[in-house]
Amino acid sequence: MTDNFDYDLLIIGSGPGGYVAAIRAAQLGLKTGCIESRETLGGTCLNVGCIPSKAMLHASELYHEAHSGALEKFGVKLSGAKLDLKQMHAEKSKAVKELTGGISMLFKKNKVDWIQGRGAFEDAHTVRVGDKSYTAKNVLIATGSSVTPLPGIEVDNDKHVVVDSTGALELPKVPGHLVVIGGGVIGLELGSVWLRLGAKVTVVEYLDQILPGMDGDIRKDANRLFKKQGFDIKTGTKVTGCSVKGKKATLTMEPAKGGDSETMEADVVLVAIGRKPNIDGLDLDKSGVETNERGQIEVGHDFQTDIAGVYAIGDVTPGPMLAHKAEDEGIAAAEFIAGQQGIVNHDLIPGVVYTYPEIASIGKTEEEVKDSGVDYKVGKFVFAANSRAKTNRDTDGYVKIIADAKTDRVLGAHIISSLAGTMIAQVTQAMEFGATSEDIAYTCHAHPTHSEAIKEAAMAVQGKPIHM
Amino acid sequence: MATEVTVPVLGESITEATLGEWLKQPGDAVAADEPIASLETDKVALEVPAPEAGVMGEHKVAVGDTVEVGAVIATIEAGSGASTAAKSAPAPATEKADAGTAAKADEPDASITLSPSVRRLVLEHGVDPSQISGTGKDGRLTKADVEQYVKSGAKQPPLAEKGTASGAPASSESAAPAAPGNRNEERVRMTRLRQTVARRLKEAQDTAALLTTFNDVDMSAVIETRGKYKDLFAKKHGVKLGFMGFFVKAACMALKDVPSVNAQIDGEEIVYHDYADISVAVSAPNGLVVPVIRNAEAMSFADVENTIGDFGKRAKDGSLTMADMQGGTFTISNGGVFGSLMSTPIINPPQSAVLGLHRIEDRAVVVDGEVVVRPMMYLALSYDHRLIDGREAVTFLVRIKEAIEDPARLLIDL
Repeated sequence: MTDNFDYDLLIIGSGPGGYVAAIRAAQLGLKTGCIESRETLGGTCLNVGCIPSKAMLHASELYHEAHSGALEKFGVKLSGAKLDLKQMHAEKSKAVKELTGGISMLFKKNKVDWIQGRGAFEDAHTVRVGDKSYTAKNVLIATGSSVTPLPGIEVDNDKHVVVDSTGALELPKVPGHLVVIGGGVIGLELGSVWLRLGAKVTVVEYLDQILPGMDGDIRKDANRLFKKQGFDIKTGTKVTGCSVKGKKATLTMEPAKGGDSETMEADVVLVAIGRKPNIDGLDLDKSGVETNERGQIEVGHDFQTDIAGVYAIGDVTPGPMLAHKAEDEGIAAAEFIAGQQGIVNHDLIPGVVYTYPEIASIGKTEEEVKDSGVDYKVGKFVFAANSRAKTNRDTDGYVKIIADAKTDRVLGAHIISSLAGTMIAQVTQAMEFGATSEDIAYTCHAHPTHSEAIKEAAMAVQGKPIHM
Repeated sequence: MATEVTVPVLGESITEATLGEWLKQPGDAVAADEPIASLETDKVALEVPAPEAGVMGEHKVAVGDTVEVGAVIATIEAGSGASTAAKSAPAPATEKADAGTAAKADEPDASITLSPSVRRLVLEHGVDPSQISGTGKDGRLTKADVEQYVKSGAKQPPLAEKGTASGAPASSESAAPAAPGNRNEERVRMTRLRQTVARRLKEAQDTAALLTTFNDVDMSAVIETRGKYKDLFAKKHGVKLGFMGFFVKAACMALKDVPSVNAQIDGEEIVYHDYADISVAVSAPNGLVVPVIRNAEAMSFADVENTIGDFGKRAKDGSLTMADMQGGTFTISNGGVFGSLMSTPIINPPQSAVLGLHRIEDRAVVVDGEVVVRPMMYLALSYDHRLIDGREAVTFLVRIKEAIEDPARLLIDL
């Protein structure tokens, strides 16, 4: 099947997009190779992103519960709960090792070749890795993204003073004062970790609200909840410089609209202003593939670039930089390459912020719906009226469902809740089937569960929730 | 702010079309009223103009997608190219914006909601979901419905592998014996127009009792008249005097004399028309279209020629509307322009007859015991024998023959 090529499909990058594409392609009978320069498979997500950050979020939450006395009201009295940060890091590393090891097992099982090294194009069908060249009928670019640098601020993860998300996962001790530049998902998650472990955390955001792009109500309430937890949030503030002296950093900042500048001392500065596509060193020009003005690779519905036989998925392409988007695109791209029909619904990609409480959203925000000119209704249900949340003393947040006023079709859902990330899947699935709010309201939900709040919010769209 | 481009009203009873081609790609500059996409309906192909000048935004539907009247198919962005500026905002901001603009048009009609697996299957087989009856909740399509539909053969097999996408396991495909040389096959989805033509032609054959009667006609008189008056005619009426004017007028007279040819069956009733709406087949870039000359019986030669000329022009630029095609009590089809010697045309239901014209060529014929050379044409009349008797069909064709051989008869209604 490979004609004169070494591979039917050669994938550059083994992140959640690349490795999933590799396995699906192999399942479909393609001779598949996957190029990865890291020591382990899994890309940013498994090594220095989603997975280790969730390990730290989970562990720090347990510590915080035990240490803060939050369990006493449940009759659990703990004294002398102590932090062993080294052990916390070790347990995180163990989880990462198990998961990355799992992928190499899956590669072996599916007979995917792992080519270790950095891949660069020689032409559209040839990729050089080290001093060897490999030819492939199809090449899939799945190189992901990396941290966007902030001009004037140099990240040095090894010094543990000015760090990016990777460095923030490996701090050897809890900083006295952590300043997070960027009030997005990554900054808030990693800020949460160190806040729970005892740091004072300041979040500096250029825009006038945190969590840009999310539903307006949700942003407002998240801001309130985070402040209640102890975050110091400075919105509308621009960081203009940073000087490091020994183990301390001094940041200068000024109002985004202009005004007097001020300085702030920090033990650790986390730069988390976003991520940019990884195309450096790929020698993309030799493949003929071009990037858009934002450095992204544009693809057609089949994930093929302008160059026949060269495909791209995930963070290097436009759209949200999310692991699950890349995974689904990886599967679809592999299916297209194997001559099948691939499918990804880019309108319904859930987004989750893994803070406490979690924040999850699917479909359109209320602002987007309003801008589209569609008549709509909103149903809201607070967890303070949900019996399970009340029982668990876990009543922060609410479910918000937006539906078309005429057809009742659900257009978006936004949840703040300790379980939001898991709960959003239900609404996503309903929306994939074109559900109306009534469909959700007439679906039986187990009692007592947090999910009942979704049903009640759906009932609230029609103005008739039972428990409010 | 982006302006939405919607599917225009396509004519009575037409609610949807297939996106045939994108004429503008995202990022292209467009002028107001410049065509940006072509749509195909059951009958016509037409172009969608840009509502205003700007830069072509996102395509919200793909080529081959079915779109409903009023649906948003694309956006036109204001200005001349710059997309929304990326600020120093953290990634999620820009991400969200992307997701927003990449979003496809909402389908306001909940009845065409497809679940993910059904959507994939429909794409895979290139079937039109509106043609499949659903057994799911609220009549929705289930995966089994689509599989059943595909299996029943209602639809041709899958839409082909894509050129670039090979390397697929060919396990299930039984290999044809190898042959030397290039033997490429190309599978192309039938256009909506072609699908409708196919369905209607087969319907006609399945329903009507089709029969064809032939005659031949000496074109000398018509050719002579044309030769004599063509310059004068063109000068006065601004249009060429063609053969069609003669045949349309001759047909009108013959239809009046033999009303059953101009009638149609509706259930257990026969509907007779006291007017002659003549459908004429006209070549269009995407196939043959059949607009209707209304009340042809009351028209002059010049009116007829003008109307046909106008149809030809509009067929070419795609501006014929559904309204132009609907109705019609009788059809004239001229295969002669392509060189046909003789053919058996198929009627255009619910009409009951169609007149086929063919090429004119000099042939030896016997006139008054002498062999002479005359410009001759074969005429064919296909008719629905359920409604039209053989005698009537033959009489009709003879009336046309007589009028063409002696155009003076058209004047004095003989």
